[in-house]
Amino acid sequence: MAEKRVLVIGGGLAGLAATMKLAELGIKVDLMSLTPVKRSHSVCAQGGINSVNDATRQLGDDEYKHFDDTVYGGDFLNHQPPVYEMAMWAPKVIDLMDRLGVPFNRTTEGFIDRRRFGGTLYKRTAFAGATTGQQLLYALDEQVRRWEVEGMVKKYEMWDFLGPVLNDEGTCVGAVAQDLYSMEIRSFKADAVVVATGGCGLIYGRSTMSMTCNGSAASRCVQAGAKYGNGECIQVHPTAIPGADKLRLMSESARGEGGRVWVPKTPHDSRGPKDIPESERYYFLEERYPEYGNLVPRDIATREIFDVCVNGGLSVEQDRQCVYLDLTHIEASELNRKLGGILDIYRKFQGVDPCYTPMRIFPAVHYSMGGLWSNYEKKASGGLVAGSPTNQVTNIPNLYAIGEVDYHYHGANRLGANSLLSCIFSGLFVAPGLETLLGSMAPGTSAADQPASLYEAAVKKHQVRHDSLLKQKGDENPYLIHQELGNLMTNVATVVRKNSQLTEGIGKLADLNERVWKCSLSDTGNWSNQNVLFTKALQDMFPIAEAILKGALQRDECRGAHYKPEFELPGLTAENPAEHRRQAEQWCDKFEANVDKFLKSTIATYDGKDVSISYEEVDTSIEPPRPRLYGLVGAEQISDVWKERKRKKQEAAAAQGDPAATAN
Amino acid sequence: MIAHSQNKPKTFFVKILRQDGPGKPSYWQRFELDYESELNVISVLQRIAAKAKTSSGEKTTPVCWDCGCLEEVCGACTMVINGKVRQSCSALVDKLLEDSNEIELRPMTKFPIVRDLFVDRSRMFNSLKKIKGWVPADGYYDLGPGLRQSRANQEMAYPLSECMTCGCCVEACPQYSKIELLPHSGESDEQFEERKLDAYSHGFVGPAAISQVVLFNLHPTGKMMAGERLDALTEEGGIQVCGNAQNCVAVCPKKIPLTMSIGRVGRETTFNTLRKWFDRPANKH
Repeated sequence: MAEKRVLVIGGGLAGLAATMKLAELGIKVDLMSLTPVKRSHSVCAQGGINSVNDATRQLGDDEYKHFDDTVYGGDFLNHQPPVYEMAMWAPKVIDLMDRLGVPFNRTTEGFIDRRRFGGTLYKRTAFAGATTGQQLLYALDEQVRRWEVEGMVKKYEMWDFLGPVLNDEGTCVGAVAQDLYSMEIRSFKADAVVVATGGCGLIYGRSTMSMTCNGSAASRCVQAGAKYGNGECIQVHPTAIPGADKLRLMSESARGEGGRVWVPKTPHDSRGPKDIPESERYYFLEERYPEYGNLVPRDIATREIFDVCVNGGLSVEQDRQCVYLDLTHIEASELNRKLGGILDIYRKFQGVDPCYTPMRIFPAVHYSMGGLWSNYEKKASGGLVAGSPTNQVTNIPNLYAIGEVDYHYHGANRLGANSLLSCIFSGLFVAPGLETLLGSMAPGTSAADQPASLYEAAVKKHQVRHDSLLKQKGDENPYLIHQELGNLMTNVATVVRKNSQLTEGIGKLADLNERVWKCSLSDTGNWSNQNVLFTKALQDMFPIAEAILKGALQRDECRGAHYKPEFELPGLTAENPAEHRRQAEQWCDKFEANVDKFLKSTIATYDGKDVSISYEEVDTSIEPPRPRLYGLVGAEQISDVWKERKRKKQEAAAAQGDPAATAN
Repeated sequence: MIAHSQNKPKTFFVKILRQDGPGKPSYWQRFELDYESELNVISVLQRIAAKAKTSSGEKTTPVCWDCGCLEEVCGACTMVINGKVRQSCSALVDKLLEDSNEIELRPMTKFPIVRDLFVDRSRMFNSLKKIKGWVPADGYYDLGPGLRQSRANQEMAYPLSECMTCGCCVEACPQYSKIELLPHSGESDEQFEERKLDAYSHGFVGPAAISQVVLFNLHPTGKMMAGERLDALTEEGGIQVCGNAQNCVAVCPKKIPLTMSIGRVGRETTFNTLRKWFDRPANKH
């Protein structure tokens, strides 16, 4: 019997974690990536990785609270069993990475040091300076290199995944890919294909993501019939340095370590920031959110920065929106020890030292919460069934999705320092499921048993697309179309979303989509032709862009990172206690109606021409949804009313003899 | 914001050393671009790709180059800019134009050219295999936390762990010479790959890999293989090739103390060899 192999596409944290775990289980892996895996975008993650730990436990923290912060932060759009499982695993993941040599910052006693991140009141975040992603990625890269030397892993770096190969039953049996140097297109037989290709920030033109995060791999799966979930949930990070080529992240850890966000109370105050006295500064996050202060969840921080600049007219600069992120009150040596990596980025790209001068920052597209739809097998006790081949599988049998390209874990908004965790967790967790899958395949169904003609036909299809693109005549320039696409997406589908703009945007997208097929290439050669690779990726951005815009248009509510002013539920206005109470009741009625209507995952499918949107129910079986009330006027009253209703519901259920309902 | 140069030209020139593929002749091409403030070399190359015309108006192909994060963390976009090897993402045009209104871009000289400014640095990743650059963990099951480490140890390891294999150090190293092979006719891809890796394994491992030995030998579990790593560095292409020119440390964009690592490994390889000499098992006498 031929040896079974798994093909992993993408060598970031998720792909590497899956690869090393598969190798440990004795399964041979082909690891494919657009770039040497050590250069994958996970290197850019800065702030840290979350888990409950011995110190937070003594303050009352536990895995359930980490789970709860994640689903509350994600505005309950997360299927809860995978998140629950992830939170349970988090301490083990940190321990493992510690054992693999990640140089986590240490306390004086030699324990792993922790910092606070947004959306939580505990110091859960382990970090390695301000380059935690880089350090985690390197540790996994090193383990994979070790397995490569042992002959368990074969790397295909500088290869572009063109699409899965499906047999007549619709099962994934491999992939087609292209060598970025020789432009050779060939097929790879695989008994399972794991897509771990990260986010799709390049659809927005400029973002905090790498140039390889273009969403093309996800799109190619969608074009082969995979479902795409929660596409419109794109996180916009509150603090980034605006740049001509990209937007550079300034990690939340800068606020976690005490960074304060402010603007001068006088619009476009021409004085240097250090010359502006305290009394003339507006620390808007601290004033508006006394409990969380500068560490409100990302969507809130982002929206407030927009509000202060756009509605309040208080941008630091007149011709460009930005606010101050101020670390200058902290000792420089302390800053360099804990945040050196990100401060260097600011120094290098802006020529100013943030230890002594407040940074100028503005929000930027940062993370795709949505991605390829994937499944899971849940356990009665809450989490997932370990070793189930159902975990992380897409709707195409034997095609899996993990890491950022998978739609699980983050819901409508990602909690800071949870992405590294979700990537490593899903990578580790998918491997035993694949072991089960490979071990239980019926005779005659493995990739080795498939007819050669299947693979030949798939290669031919992609070769035809490649060749015809080289020959194509037209007057469109792919780089300029990409700029137009990025501007369009940034204008209509970032933080604040309006239906009129989204509708118009969908029309404009359709026009651009027509034009992108009339691109003429300035390079028609067949050696390292980046021009043709870029154009193919650009064409493939359109189905995902369409899923984002259509999903956003249909979601008539504010949820997590996704904000529609027309459908906002404003705070309470009444002063009179009885009226205040009545308004809270009304607020909860409206909230409940909204939950019934929109607490659903968006599912996009592509029919070869158009994207259509449907919904699936969210599994909220562990923690019932509740309103997310950061900073809302009357939040306490609403919360009281909400809890009272919940109690009544439980009592009613108990009276009817439903013991499960009392468990919560 | 950025310290702008005093003279802001209306346009500026970029001269690029191009090569259409491995073994092909190289040639210069000049491009003229409109000046904008806050450009870096990446945005310059992006504008050239969109335009694909030389300064004399001839149509040309977009310049091929490697890049990833554009934040100086992934290590992809190294090239030689105005004679100095560095990351192109953090090369700011305003600074480059302070002395002349022309910027010169060349590919790194120590690696095989893929095309234009794009080079193949697989030799560097191969060196990491040679020095066994990993922690020999028992496996990936939950076996509890790692060994406790002092803050001092972490603070020594962390800077070494920031090495992004960008290649600046080896480009500047006089002892690191280019190894470039072309496929023979009739040779399969696998055979060519094998011949290449064999040739790489005889060449100098370079400062980046030597420094990684220090990193792994510092780690409480990593040090269990310290001897094997030091052995690897006494083989052909090891530490003895280093001529102590100290160029590597001067160009490292992450300010990694490479020469300190080299000094340390030099000492330890000597002790390691002596130790092996005196500790020879009895049956070999």
